[in-house]
Amino acid sequence: MALLEVNNLDVRFALRQGEVHALRDISFSLERGERLGIVGESGAGKSVAAFSLLNLISKPGFIAGGTVNFDGQVLNHMSERGLRKVRGNRISMIFQDPMMTLNPVLSIGEQMVECLKAHRRISSKEARAIALDKLQQVQIPSPETRLDQYPHELSGGMRQRIIIAIALLLDPDIIIADEPTTALDVTIQAEIMALLLDLCEQHNVGLILITHDLGVVSQVTQRMLVMYAGRVIEQGPTREIINDPQHPYTQGLINALPQMATPGEKLNQIRGSMPSLSNLPSGCAFHPRCDFINRADGQPRPACTQQVPEFVESGNCRVACHMVAEMLEDRRLKEETS
Amino acid sequence: MSTTSNSSQASASPGRWERVRDSYMWYSFKRDRTAQLCLAVFICMVIAAFASPLIAPTNPYDLAQIDIMSSELPPFWIDGADDRYALGTDAQGRDLWSIVLYGTRVSLLIGFGAVILQALLGVTFGLMAGYLGGRVDTILMRLADIQLSFSTLMVAIVVGALVKATMGSAFYSQYAVMMLILIIGLAEWPQYARTVRASVLAEKNKEYVDAARVMGLRSKRIMFRHVLPNTMSPIFVISTVQIANAIISEAALSFLGLGMPETHPSLGSLIKSGFDYIQSGSWWITLIPGAVLVVLVLSINLLGDWLRDVMNPRLYKG
Amino acid sequence: MIAFLIKRLMHAILVMFVISVLAFAIQDNLGDPVQQMVGQSVPESEREEIRERLGLNDPFLVQYARFARNAVQGDFGYSYFYREPALEVIARHLPATLELVFAATLIIVLFSVPIGVYSAIKPRSPISRLFMGVSIIGISIPVFLTAIVLIQIFAIGVTVTLFPESTGWGAWLNAFFSTEGNMPSFGRGYDLVNVVGNWDTNLATWNGLQHLVLPAVSLASIMLPLFIRLIRAEMMEVLQSEYVKYARAKGISMRRVYFVHALKNTMLPVITVGGVQIGTMVAYTILTETVFQWPGMGLMFLDAINRADIPLIVTYLMIVGVIFVVTNTIVDLIYGLVNPTVKLTGKPA
Repeated sequence: MALLEVNNLDVRFALRQGEVHALRDISFSLERGERLGIVGESGAGKSVAAFSLLNLISKPGFIAGGTVNFDGQVLNHMSERGLRKVRGNRISMIFQDPMMTLNPVLSIGEQMVECLKAHRRISSKEARAIALDKLQQVQIPSPETRLDQYPHELSGGMRQRIIIAIALLLDPDIIIADEPTTALDVTIQAEIMALLLDLCEQHNVGLILITHDLGVVSQVTQRMLVMYAGRVIEQGPTREIINDPQHPYTQGLINALPQMATPGEKLNQIRGSMPSLSNLPSGCAFHPRCDFINRADGQPRPACTQQVPEFVESGNCRVACHMVAEMLEDRRLKEETS
Repeated sequence: MSTTSNSSQASASPGRWERVRDSYMWYSFKRDRTAQLCLAVFICMVIAAFASPLIAPTNPYDLAQIDIMSSELPPFWIDGADDRYALGTDAQGRDLWSIVLYGTRVSLLIGFGAVILQALLGVTFGLMAGYLGGRVDTILMRLADIQLSFSTLMVAIVVGALVKATMGSAFYSQYAVMMLILIIGLAEWPQYARTVRASVLAEKNKEYVDAARVMGLRSKRIMFRHVLPNTMSPIFVISTVQIANAIISEAALSFLGLGMPETHPSLGSLIKSGFDYIQSGSWWITLIPGAVLVVLVLSINLLGDWLRDVMNPRLYKG
Repeated sequence: MIAFLIKRLMHAILVMFVISVLAFAIQDNLGDPVQQMVGQSVPESEREEIRERLGLNDPFLVQYARFARNAVQGDFGYSYFYREPALEVIARHLPATLELVFAATLIIVLFSVPIGVYSAIKPRSPISRLFMGVSIIGISIPVFLTAIVLIQIFAIGVTVTLFPESTGWGAWLNAFFSTEGNMPSFGRGYDLVNVVGNWDTNLATWNGLQHLVLPAVSLASIMLPLFIRLIRAEMMEVLQSEYVKYARAKGISMRRVYFVHALKNTMLPVITVGGVQIGTMVAYTILTETVFQWPGMGLMFLDAINRADIPLIVTYLMIVGVIFVVTNTIVDLIYGLVNPTVKLTGKPA
């Protein structure tokens, strides 16, 4: 059994206008030391997925079904007290915007020490020593003085290094990083990403990297999920998906990368935009934007607009697409007849 | 508040009523029992107060109708009540029901008058400070800060006391309504000025203002025609709170003897005159006008609460 | 730090200057103090002599300059009514007001923080809704009316006869809702203990405390709901913030999340508003002291106005100005100590 196994996770938001399905049927697993990417446009449900792993979704949202198994425990069935022992200790998180993440009125040292003391019975002095060590690991200049400084005295890059240091404080098994470099200057994004990757490898920490940047995912992760409108539409080994994307949406994402465009030409956008979760199109949620809803013979495929696609296995990947399913079926029939 | 003003504009253009009916405000009003009740109570009180000459059984300003022999009679549910006076009489023998109606009218008149004055001053200064910036902004806001740090009620009390001492009691009593509107209006303008300034600063950098400037419109026109309409929702919300505050301030000034004279009382001066008789057991003379004041202010405050939730503007804090 | 203090000092001088000019400008028009002092029987020549002696015939600027020079030296002139230095009259009345404000502040702080925090953490619980409902009623009752109601219930007493006295439960309910009304509601009582100088305290004896209860509760009654609502609103906003979510993700206890991470950020705007409300509190002491005949500065001020006791009015305004400036400076200092982003240079970094 893998270190982390998510089965059929289902998250809803109880809003005034009715219930909104934010995540449907999310399943994946993560081995010790493995790195997984979750990709999608904004609004696809990536962050909700990240927060639901530790049951941190805030109020109108709740986990309506499925399980998050971690090291023999079901996290979403655990008490708040039990969950607290996992949060920040065995699974830690890195948030998107380092400017908003650290508490402005508490010193860096205080915010590091409190985390250590919440999970271990140690003195403040020992906690400070560990904090100092981690600050050195994230290559912060003059770490001793940082401990007594406040967040506003540090730059965004520096703060994200501190948040990485806090994530590593208790030598966790998994780090969930929700767009860890999006809010940073472009010049230091690569630097922070390299640091995070390096430290994860060094300590054999599993990483769940949530991002909209396919380039980063392809460089950093071993496996990936592609999300669209609260669902996983394609998942499998990163290299296979990047080299041979099956789902039209994944293909669109890869084609939209700047390096895929011919110089001087327009970028290859996916037309249209993500539907709102409270008003999803029927059938496959992607069908209004899809170029492949017609069969080979030119007739539209009715399933695309009527039926939610099931997962089909294609090589090492799983894809939720009627066109792919049809192609695989054709191929199988041909093989049987020949 | 604004639903009524919206619906009164409805006849002007046919599409308005539909827009009001479909708006979120109307939707939330239909669902909110408290807001409905408060609006009903408030409207009833306003109508009753301004129709007091028609409703009230006696005219409390008419000395000929006052019977000093029937003073301090209790309200109807207590032994010793007189059928002629449902809510009893005050120490001068005036019918409490009539005088409370007239008093509510005075309180409302001063409350609305003071808020209109505050809004005129505050919106003008706030627009100037926010739009012109620079030295105008610094001077106006420093003035507002100093005045607010002394608390508006304190300013009103001091100004009221000094004006009364300067002009003499008789003169002050004669023009008490005007005086109170002026004093409360002048004391509270910073609230509006700061709120308007804050939203002007937020609006100022938006593109439509740049566009208007590029088109060569004069800054006065930009302020009143383009920026002001976009600051309306916080103005609406604080207006409800300010009316409640103005009514309370008037009551406080009257209670200290710096407001309406007893011959022409507001709710505050009724409470004051009744307070002298509370030790003798005639609690109704002070507590009935008190209860009316609380119901009036409470319904306005609850409406303000509801309005703030619906419009959810970013109000200036502090 | 020094830059901050200098800036505050400049601000204080400006404020005091404005107050002194305003207060003094009106005094020329205020009644006739000589008449207040000597009554009708004294002949005009003698009055003119008194006027000359008091310097009431000098030009405005000369009088103001003399006033300002003396005021800086702590000499605010003689009260016409008390016939003693105005500052001494104020000093005699100051402790009563300060004790009242202190007791009310204590009530406000002790109740507003726990209630505000609780109703922010559990906004949908029935208790929170009850607190919110009561607090909006509290805001809508003027402070003098609260005082009157408290006097009626606890000092005069209420005899309820609403329920049928003949039945057992009716008699019980009548007795339950009736109050005896033996709380003192007039003045500071007889049992004051002298602490130092002219400071007699209410806080040392049972009788003194009893006299303090109703005025202090009245004075607190208007601010308490205001602060409960403010703390609740600020706390609810803070609880939505990223750093609170992050603190939860770190696995620290909810108690620490609420009372260290959230409360500290909640208190920043509350402290600022608190500074402004101190001014309002002084204004409300005038009302409270009038109702309870509490012999403090507020009551003295109102009496001084009715007696046209100009030096006392002017001194009161100046002293209140000093109190505002000092408390605002203290509030700013506290704000600077709590909020690390303020470097006490007067501007947020």
